[in-house]
Amino acid sequence: MSRHIAEVVENIEIACKIYKMTIISNQVAQSAYPGQFIHISIPHDESLLLRRPISINRVNRNNNQVDIIYQVVGKGTKILSGLEKGAELDILGPLGKGFWIPKGTKKIYIVGGGCGVAPVRFIGERWDYLDITSFLGFRGKPWAYQIDEFERFSRKVFVSSDDGTIGYKGSIISLLDKHLSVENPDLVMACGPVPMIQALQKTVLKYDIPCQISLEERMGCGVGGCLVCSCAIGSKDKWDYKKVCTDGPVFWSEEVILDGESETKC
Amino acid sequence: MENLKLNVNIAGVSFKNPIIAASGTFGFGVEYKEYIDLNHLGGISVTGLTLEPRKGNPPPRIAETPSGILNSVGLQNPGVDYFIDSILPKLKQYDTNIIANINGNTLDEYCHMATRLQQIDIDMLELNLSCPNVKQGGVSFGTDPEMVYSITKAVKEHSHQPLIVKLTPNVTDITEIAIAAQKGGGDAISLVNTFLGMAIDVKTRRPVLGNITGGLSGPAIKPLALRMVWQVSRAVEIPIIGMGGIMTGEDVVEFLLAGATAVSIGTANLVTPDSMVKILYDFKTYMHNNKVSSIDELIGGLIVKMPT
Repeated sequence: MSRHIAEVVENIEIACKIYKMTIISNQVAQSAYPGQFIHISIPHDESLLLRRPISINRVNRNNNQVDIIYQVVGKGTKILSGLEKGAELDILGPLGKGFWIPKGTKKIYIVGGGCGVAPVRFIGERWDYLDITSFLGFRGKPWAYQIDEFERFSRKVFVSSDDGTIGYKGSIISLLDKHLSVENPDLVMACGPVPMIQALQKTVLKYDIPCQISLEERMGCGVGGCLVCSCAIGSKDKWDYKKVCTDGPVFWSEEVILDGESETKC
Repeated sequence: MENLKLNVNIAGVSFKNPIIAASGTFGFGVEYKEYIDLNHLGGISVTGLTLEPRKGNPPPRIAETPSGILNSVGLQNPGVDYFIDSILPKLKQYDTNIIANINGNTLDEYCHMATRLQQIDIDMLELNLSCPNVKQGGVSFGTDPEMVYSITKAVKEHSHQPLIVKLTPNVTDITEIAIAAQKGGGDAISLVNTFLGMAIDVKTRRPVLGNITGGLSGPAIKPLALRMVWQVSRAVEIPIIGMGGIMTGEDVVEFLLAGATAVSIGTANLVTPDSMVKILYDFKTYMHNNKVSSIDELIGGLIVKMPT
């Protein structure tokens, strides 16, 4: 958990406007666990004040390489996408409270949607001794990535797309629903856009399966001081705004209260 | 750079240097302890406190605009009692001045807060009459000189600590408000709070912020803030804590020259958690390089040739 300079090793487009950047960071590689993120200062443009929180896709503790995946959505991520090998990034991290494995967990389902596929890969990389089934949802084939990586640690990988150009046509959550109706994993772990998370919340509640979800919210300091990345956590009758940056980003599904108006900003 | 005089006096309270964390951007300070040595700071103005715990505004609460940040936190805080019982003891372990930023919906609430804090070991009170993100109180009190006068006077009667009055810039003539705060018995003035603003997402045709409008801060407002500090410094006798988009040591120099005795750092804390230490270092470097041995040489030291 520190501020440091990380060197870019590779920065490539792996799907439509989706980039994988590999950086060298001893601190992040050695101490990060799945669900955590790094907070990146955007170089070359001082008018872009805020850091960008980007989740960790994978770490390699042997060579201190850290992979992150981001989608180009605005000026900041556009600048990131133009960085070349040797560029230096001012980063904070690893930050946040990530996923965790409760005692006795053997069988898990991993669910990722869009940019949310990136952080859940780290789950399978780190806890590959578990019995893992993965459910990955994409907009369509041009936006799909890393399916083969999930196949390495998963018993089976199910893929869906909105337009049917890859995998099953439709929502990944309806595919998940079919599986939960015949098999109960010990835990579901997920990250994805708000509509997917809302559908997931209903589904895991129906089958009474414990589920951890990783949230994203527009963020300020990243260290718990500024109170801008808030999310309503609790029950309908008794809730508080918690900090996505330090109380999360991972929370139990049943305590996350999402507003229908929100949308993903990966 | 060891022999520089950096300490300043604000209403009888000595600050080891002019760098103060601005309320609402630095939590209660302790959140940042792994990133910055709090002992290096002149002071910390803690997150805006209210009598009762307050949930704050719905997300999203932040938007990035060119060289600026819009926020609409809405004074989320655990309440003054929790602050006193659970947070202050941790904060007292550090050698820095503690300023309690107090907020109310009514005059009575402001007075209650000051009374509650009377026997508490804090260095100063900051009367927030300037939050743009709450519907009652805050900025609606801070835009009316008579209201500013009467609230300052009433709170002063209930407070044991020196009182800073924090002003909103969302007024036509900020000097009127500053004079009212001084007349009401305010011991110091801090300015500026954020400018009311908004951002719109053209794809969704919706406001970016959950609260629709928010307060603009950051380098985008620095020239406006600096102008207001200069105007106020010529209108009142009491010391000024200047703030608004300070990101560098040279920005600090500008605010001091304009008439501020100390400065608050806000947005820079969101950009990088150890910003204040860097700003202080840069400020000392400026003093050293420019052969300024005492901060007193800078405060109000603007050289102006008034237009005829």
